[in-house]
Amino acid sequence: MTASGPAARRAAALRRGGYGRYLARRAAQGVFVLWAAFTLSFVVLYLLPGDPVSIMLNATGDGVGVDPGAVAALRAEHHLDSSLVVQYLYALADAVCGDFGSSIPTGEPVTRAIAEALPQTLALTAVSFTLAVLAGGGLALLSTSVRWRPLRRVLLSLPPLGVSVPTFWIGLILLQLFSFRAQLFPATGNAGFSALVLPAITLAVPTGAVFAQVLAKNLAAAWRSPFVETARAKGLSRTHIQLRHALRNGSIPVLTIIGITVGQMLAGAVVVETVFSRNGIGRLTEESVAAQDIPVIQGLVVLSALVFVLVNLAVDAVYPLVDPRIGRLERRRAPQEALA
Amino acid sequence: MTAVELLPDTATSVVADPRGSHGPVRRGGALRAAVRRPGLVLAVLVLLLVLGWAFFPEWFTSRDPFTGVPRDKLTAPGAEYWFGTDHLGRDLYTRVVYGAALSLKATAIAVAVGFVAGTLIGLVSGFVGGRFDGVVMRLVDVLLSIPGLLLSLAVVTALGFGTVNVAIAVGVASVASFARVMRADVFRARTEVFVEAATVSGVSRPEILLRHVLPHALGSVLVLAALEFGGAILAVSALSFLGFGAPPPQPEWGALVSEGRNYLASAWWLTTLPGFVVAASVLAANRISRALDRDGGDFR
Repeated sequence: MTASGPAARRAAALRRGGYGRYLARRAAQGVFVLWAAFTLSFVVLYLLPGDPVSIMLNATGDGVGVDPGAVAALRAEHHLDSSLVVQYLYALADAVCGDFGSSIPTGEPVTRAIAEALPQTLALTAVSFTLAVLAGGGLALLSTSVRWRPLRRVLLSLPPLGVSVPTFWIGLILLQLFSFRAQLFPATGNAGFSALVLPAITLAVPTGAVFAQVLAKNLAAAWRSPFVETARAKGLSRTHIQLRHALRNGSIPVLTIIGITVGQMLAGAVVVETVFSRNGIGRLTEESVAAQDIPVIQGLVVLSALVFVLVNLAVDAVYPLVDPRIGRLERRRAPQEALA
Repeated sequence: MTAVELLPDTATSVVADPRGSHGPVRRGGALRAAVRRPGLVLAVLVLLLVLGWAFFPEWFTSRDPFTGVPRDKLTAPGAEYWFGTDHLGRDLYTRVVYGAALSLKATAIAVAVGFVAGTLIGLVSGFVGGRFDGVVMRLVDVLLSIPGLLLSLAVVTALGFGTVNVAIAVGVASVASFARVMRADVFRARTEVFVEAATVSGVSRPEILLRHVLPHALGSVLVLAALEFGGAILAVSALSFLGFGAPPPQPEWGALVSEGRNYLASAWWLTTLPGFVVAASVLAANRISRALDRDGGDFR
């Protein structure tokens, strides 16, 4: 149901105009999401109880006996002495120009702090995502192909297990087994590919489990459909049907959850990078929350929304090409509309 | 049919049948259902154990969670200390038992916040409809596009640290999904004939909303609340692990794992066992809620 919702919306959007207009509309929606994420984080971070200035002064460690002049200066600097609407408009105008302010404890511009941390996390996410797709896809294919019931049940029970186990625990167990006992991989740090292996596996477990769950469900649905019956009647082998027919149909709905999944991986990096003491976006998030560094947090929320929008835009662009039913609907309708 | 058969029966296999009149017949069915689904029975037992820890910790351990025996520090698990001891000689099992209260309280608050806020938003949005509904649902879409953990972290930044604030933050992250599910059900209930009949008979809009629409739209959200429990335990323990929950001497589950990180090489039990308890609780909660989801679906 969740998979057919966005799919149906995409199909409808595509029917209303050509491919170009479809993409343009999707991009406009993406801009709206970005704006809303910015506004939302502004509301949460600046309007909730708690005075930003006192948080800032506490964060820098000189909360006691501050000079009222300094407080006033800080207020003026962040436009906190003007009305909320004015504050918001200032912040929005700056953000549109790519300026999210500066970190409170370090004074470093938010965009630079994020840009420095981003490559590490991108590498981690990319490796981890690949692992999750391979492992999750493999598990789903295996669990729908196996016909021996006990093994099938074991395989099908793995994804719910992967979703339920805390990421930090997986990371710590892997650390104990493969860094301290076996000494195969370094325990901490960013140096080289070997330091990436354990964090990537840790981050891949919950994501791979979700992929496996969705794909296994869709594969099972595909196996019940008439076209598989036709293929079997033609005498095709089970493997051939699984790979050429069921997998092709079953993997399309998986595309729709990629946007959310990548966002969740960025959030998961907060825990994973803390466990493995890696530098990156996650570590930056953890440190910023600990220091109540509001501008950096806001930058990170907008960044995650940006990632979500970009990944979804890419999925939207590919979707009609992968799922021929959407494109064909349009082509079939076109002559009728021309007649009318 | 299956719902009536299986669901209350698995409950009665643990708790005595309250009605009693159908005693022997129903208990036989319960046993059969239990044998058919051993995983579910195990999940119920785990959940009952953890609930017992939370409400009556002194029944499960005679030690104190805050004072240790320095002589016995960093003892490996054994007959004396089931889960071993930490660097101050405190019994880890006792700390896990007492930690259940904090962690489950946070989970309950998180689910309650998400449920109440999300249900209200969905109810009003679905009932008012029109442009208002459009705006609210766009906002919900945006909330769903921000990963839950990150949203929780942003809320924690604004509210400050502590168990309750972490719980609220986790709850806020789930408001959007509650609102969306509730709104869909309100939309469905709104078009029912009995709502039309109530409108025609001159029942006021708030009364229709509360007495006719709400009861019919509540089913899926309740199932979602059950499904959210496991996720909430995970999110609360993750935030507590990151150090944003209760301050150090408090035995919160995530914080226990985090404390054990300094002894990874020498004392494996300090991280492994509390983490295992978290994993087992989440697994049990998810297993039960999946059973509720599948069987509860027949009621709708």
